[in-house]
Order: sequence, then structure tokens, then C-alpha cells
Amino acid sequence: MEQLHGCPTGESRGQATVFPSLGQYLPLLKKLADEGFNMCADLTAVDYLTHPGRPLPEGVSAERFELVVNLLSLDRRERMRVRVQIAESDVIASLFDLYPGTEAMEREVFDMFGLLFSGHPDLTRILMPEDWDGHPLRKDYEIGQIPVQFKQVNS
Amino acid sequence: MSLVHQTNEGGQELAARSELTAKELLREVGSVLRMSEAEVAAMALEEIDPSTDQTMIINMGPQHPSTHGVLRLMLELQGETVLRCKPIIGYLHTGMEKTAEQLSFMQGGTNVTRMDYLSPLNNELVFSLAVEKLLGIDGDIPERAVWMRMLLSELNRMSSHLLFMATNGMDLGAVSMMIYGWREREQVLRFFQKVTGLRMNHNFIRPGGVAADLTPGWRDDVLHILDEVEPRLEEYDILMTGQPIWRERLQGVGVITSQEAIALSATGPTLRSTGVPWDLRRDQPYLHYDEMEFDVIVGSYGDAFDRYAIRLNEIRESMKIVRQILDRMPSGDYRIQDKKVTPPPRARIDESMEALIHHFKIFTEGFKVPEGEVYVAIESPRGEIGCYIVSDGTSTPYRLHMRAPSFVNIQCLPHMMRGGLVADAVAVISSVDPVLGEVDR
Repeated sequence: MEQLHGCPTGESRGQATVFPSLGQYLPLLKKLADEGFNMCADLTAVDYLTHPGRPLPEGVSAERFELVVNLLSLDRRERMRVRVQIAESDVIASLFDLYPGTEAMEREVFDMFGLLFSGHPDLTRILMPEDWDGHPLRKDYEIGQIPVQFKQVNS
Repeated sequence: MSLVHQTNEGGQELAARSELTAKELLREVGSVLRMSEAEVAAMALEEIDPSTDQTMIINMGPQHPSTHGVLRLMLELQGETVLRCKPIIGYLHTGMEKTAEQLSFMQGGTNVTRMDYLSPLNNELVFSLAVEKLLGIDGDIPERAVWMRMLLSELNRMSSHLLFMATNGMDLGAVSMMIYGWREREQVLRFFQKVTGLRMNHNFIRPGGVAADLTPGWRDDVLHILDEVEPRLEEYDILMTGQPIWRERLQGVGVITSQEAIALSATGPTLRSTGVPWDLRRDQPYLHYDEMEFDVIVGSYGDAFDRYAIRLNEIRESMKIVRQILDRMPSGDYRIQDKKVTPPPRARIDESMEALIHHFKIFTEGFKVPEGEVYVAIESPRGEIGCYIVSDGTSTPYRLHMRAPSFVNIQCLPHMMRGGLVADAVAVISSVDPVLGEVDR
């Protein structure tokens, strides 16, 4: 198994992926930023609560959540995906200092999944109202339903 | 060269401002107002001394006509000058990513097309490309379908930019431009209605190809659009581009540097206005864009005028591409002949039991997509639109995430507005051209 800066790598449908642990995450991202991945195109998360048996490279143990970061190098025209396993109680190091553009994306992940980021300047809800309970994109968050009443139409 | 300045907390290193990186500058200048609604409300109750307290916080939106939907800005003002600002979003949040987990891959198109409602075909395209990559059929899409996808997404780019011309004009008081922009966009929408059956939210580009073949006489319709729009763009140039009031209103307003734009992950015309020639159609080509002859338009000042001029000229580039597509459109199938993905034609259902079963299975269960995850990005009129899909082997996506260009681009607003006038705030919002349906999803 090939390694990148000490982290296992893999690929999915031809797209390069690297799997750092939570501790390796920020140092790895710093190294990748120095190597020319100058833009963080996307940052999101996945809740694997109901699908725990996904394929992962050796040495990576599956946790409930996964943080998915898509990096982009404008000079080399390359993309790199970083997938980090996150347990529910973990606190993730914020990428704000490295890529200020991740501010809104990390807020969205906090809002939708309830994952915490340390060092984020303003970790508040972004899409849901400030006083909302729960995190909608978690798999154990129920899909709401509104009771509908049908009235008889007088013809 | 750095200086060391002795303070009571020890030596502090000082560096020239020009040595600061964009990231340090963004952090130091502090254009973003990081304050919750409750904190702002509490501040209103405090006793203030009018002789020292010179700033106030006001809301712009979410019902302001020039915030392009339901964008709300909390502006900290000193007189007429904007100091800090916070874009507040979420008023249009309907949980489309959660909905996508309930809809099969077959139905997903109807959902994603409603995100960026001004370029629905680009949303469908990126979703279809991602699903096809997961299915492993991305190399088997019939040529006609690929060229049709290109034709439609370029026409969609034209219609989206024409609408930008209209709203940008309206926001800045050039109301005649608003009517002209809508008029030209209408031509394109009429063509869409003819081909896809709908003016917006088409669900026309689907995994495996497109929903139907082009209508008879489509070539004349497209040529008609091109012939109509081309001279109109020259009229826009006369009406707006060279006009002193228009230039005064836009030049030097909402400036952002290329380092800042890259640090903030901005893409599309916002990034290109700073002089970074980054267009996914050229730099990471998808479909057959590598065979197309077109220019990537870049600005040099990163101001609102550059963003206007880039979009105006991108309409011209799109027309150039559309003309090349007209010459090269092949004949043949418009969707893949894979019975697991494409429903059988209506006539076959009456003859074949198997066709009936396939039809029933596809429309009730959908098709199963192998386990895996994939991120596909294309160039939408607003920037990089990305689709991240995780499949667990069933017929619905386990997770679907759209990387919405507007969602990321509106982070630039505070940095563009800082130090400008309130009246320019309108020009800045308009020049970023956010679509709130996509911001909130």
C-alpha cells in the first residue's frame, strides 16, 4: 500500500484519495498546501451510521462520521481527496488558517452533522435557525412529516 | 525584512504590509462581522454615548429587491461607509441534500435541477456525470448525447449570463437593460421549452444520456437565437460598457485580489476577474470541451466592472462554442442502450415481457449503483459546481452533496465591500451573482 506523508492512500473511480487519522489531518493538509494544493474546493461530511462496512485501506478503522475534503491545485490542475474518520466526540482542527474559504463549509458541516471544529472563528449554525435542535443530515435525524387534512369539497 | 519591536510582553516581530500573505491580510483586516443576531440585539439595549459611538449595524434584506432573493446582510456602517458585514443565509433552506437521500438515482435529477434555478441543466449535467462515473459507464455515453449536453449547457450559460445582465442593470438603475436582458433570455428559454418541454427545472439530462432527441428544426432555432443575440450584445456595449455613468458606478468597486480569491475558494467569473485564468472547461475538460476553440476571459482589476465584462464576453464565447457544436452534432442514439439504466421505448413494452419488467423495475426501484464515492466538478455559469455522491450499492444515493459555487462565492462579499459605500454594496452583491436556491439548497 502506497503512503503519502505517512498516511494510507487509495483511489475511487480513478480519483486519488488519502486517509489521514485525526491527528495527522492538519499536518498533512499543511504539507499538501505547501506542495501546491492552493485551493480547498469543497469540505463536507458523511454520516456512515447505517453503512458501517464500507471499504477502507488497511490501517484505517471506520468511525461513524467521515470528513471529506476536496483539494485543488490550480497550477498542476490536479485534485486530491482527503477522508478523515471522525467519532462523534472528536473535535476536528479547523482549516480556517490554511484555507479561509472553508469558514462557511465548516459551519455547514457543524450545522448539518454537529461535528465540532477547534480554532474556527465563528462556529454557529449557517443554514438552520440559531435555536434549532438536532443536526438534519445525520442518519438518525427523522424526516419530518406534516399531517394533511383533506376537506370535502362542496360542489 | 522584519523588525523586532520590544513591548512589555517581549519582542514582537513586525513585517511590512506588503509581506503579508493574503490569508494573514484577510484575517487581520477583519471584514467579516462575526456576531450572532442575539448579540446584535443585546447591543441595541446598551447605553451609548453618541459623541464616541460612530457606528451602527443595519440589516439589508432578506426582502431587499437587490439582494437577489433572500440574502440578508448585516452591515456595520460608519456614516455611509461599510466597515464589516456578515452575509446571513438559510432563508431558502429546504434540505435538498436530505431529500436526495430519499430519491432514487432516477429521480435525483428532479431534485438537483432545482438548486441553481438559473442554470438547471448544469446541475443535471454534474449529477449525471457523477452517477455515470459511479456506474462505470462514463465512457459509453453515445456521442449525440454528449454533444447535446454541451449544446444545452452552453445555451444555459448564455441564458444565465443574460439574466445577470438584466439584474445587474436593474440593481444599478439601468432599468432598460433589465428589459433587454429578459427579452434575450426568453429566446433561449423558448428553445428549452421546445426541446425539453419546460422552461426551467428540466430534468432533461439524465444518467445515461438525455431524455429525448432534439426536436425537428432545432438547428434553425439555435441559429435564430445566435443571430438575434449577437447584434444585441453589440447594443449592450453601446448602452452600458462605454457609458461613463456605468463605468463610474462599477470601476474600482468591490475589488478583490487573486490571492484573496484563491484563499476564499472563489471560482468562476469572481476568480477570473482577478486575472486567474481558471476555467474547468479548459483546465479539466469534460464532455468534448477539449476539442472546442474558445477563449477563457480574464479581468485584470478584480472589480465589479471586470466581472460584468467577463460575463458579457463569456456569452460571446458560448456562442462561438454553440456554432462549433452545430457543425459537429452527430446522429445516432441520444441515450445509452443499457437496459439497466435506460427505460425501454414505449412501443417495445407492448411486444416484450422483458421490456415491461425493465420498465417497471426502473420506475419503481430505480437502478442499483455499485458501492463507492466520487466527486465530479464542472464549470457552471457561477463557478465550479461539484457533486459528491456516496453510494452503498442500493438505488438511492447514501449521501449527495453539491458544492455550490454561490455558497462559497458569497464569502467574498465582506472583503469586497469593506471601505465602500452602502450604494456600492448593491453593485457588489450583483457582481458576484449569487443564486440563493443554490446557496441554501
